[in-house]
Amino acid sequence: MFCGLGFTGGVFLNYSFQFGDVLAAWPLLLKGSWITVRLSLSAMLLGSLLAVFGAWGKTAGPRPLRFLIQAYIELIRNTPFLVQLFFFFFALPAVGLRWSATTAALVAMVVNLGAYATEIVRAGIEAVPHGQIEAGLALNLKRWEIFRFVILKPALKAIYPALCSQFILLMLSSAVVSVISADDLTSVAANLQSQTFRSFEVYIVVAAIYLALSLAFSALFKLIYHWGLDYPDRR
Amino acid sequence: MRSFGTPEFIFILEAARWTLALSLLAFAGGSALGLCVALARCAESRLLQGVAKVFIQLFQGTPLLLQLFLIFFGAPILGLDINPWVAAGAALTLNSAAFLGEIWRGCIQAVPRGQWEAAQALSLSYVSRMRDVVLPQAWRIAVPPTVGYSVQIIKGTSLAAIIGFTEITRAGQIVNNATFQPLLVFGVVALVYFILCWPLSLLAARLERRLAPALR
Repeated sequence: MFCGLGFTGGVFLNYSFQFGDVLAAWPLLLKGSWITVRLSLSAMLLGSLLAVFGAWGKTAGPRPLRFLIQAYIELIRNTPFLVQLFFFFFALPAVGLRWSATTAALVAMVVNLGAYATEIVRAGIEAVPHGQIEAGLALNLKRWEIFRFVILKPALKAIYPALCSQFILLMLSSAVVSVISADDLTSVAANLQSQTFRSFEVYIVVAAIYLALSLAFSALFKLIYHWGLDYPDRR
Repeated sequence: MRSFGTPEFIFILEAARWTLALSLLAFAGGSALGLCVALARCAESRLLQGVAKVFIQLFQGTPLLLQLFLIFFGAPILGLDINPWVAAGAALTLNSAAFLGEIWRGCIQAVPRGQWEAAQALSLSYVSRMRDVVLPQAWRIAVPPTVGYSVQIIKGTSLAAIIGFTEITRAGQIVNNATFQPLLVFGVVALVYFILCWPLSLLAARLERRLAPALR
């Protein structure tokens, strides 16, 4: 009974924070962070690719394709990421598609981001004035050249802030993949807390790592903006 | 072994009221606290601005799941007796306050500066300036993104399943463990969420379209 008191702490001051065990596990935390970063970066890359195709299909595709893409977007945006994850991890293997937890997590993240980013990229493409495309045609540019130089870059610049905040939201929601034990940062935390019984300290440290990661990502995105997109445009 | 039938379906549907209750709680709490956050962000006092900024950064920069864990595992340390229901409500309230606060800050700041100055020139008090001049105008542009954000809240309640609160997702897990029909079970779970969220998404989009010409 007295042991119990020591653990739960009747009042705040009875609890002594012990970060030692948690910080001693820094190699594990580092590895978990790396997996979270790698998973997020891969999902950002693949999800954006999916979004460019989706946006192209939604703006220029035939009617049935446009309907399918719209259905995909609505379905993903109106269901929780956790349920999508369960669907990819539990439901699809039941019909014969076998993959590891990490692969299922990556697929769920790509499919999730793809839906949000498709809408963002589409808005960007539609924001490019039609006169610019006609100017491109008048200069005898090829279709892909128009897409690459006239549409894509200004569109990317217009949607860049929205896309970046979606990327960071994705990185944060990737914490959920720990539920299917995809050994990311949060599942490292779950393992650590069952070994050290210092759940509060573990989660404080891990939350701080996530905060650092999201600050680092937004700094990186700012840097990329200055490298490639920070040119004056006429408004 | 049980198979997925009407009782299982009803079980998931009944769990939907807990999802709704948690969403409403988070929305009400998040709105009240979020308004304070938005007002603090637009306040003249640097201290208030700073506090609100740190609050937003903390809750927007860490995963909702971790916030949930911190409250669930941290509250006993403060000597508070906590159950999944309270922990989920508190975490979702704080999280939505940060997001709604940031959304509403944008709406408040979108009210033309001249309106603020005119209110000040009439020597209206802070309360009257906000209540009678600024907030009613900010409210008009705030409605569509707020409705849109309520969808995020409903989806966010699914994380309460992880700490053992029986809402739709947890009910789905329980049924799946008994029936081993994940495709059907999680399909139904997704469908229930979709039925809850889609009308709100459509409403938000419609409100936004209706507002768009007014903002030009």
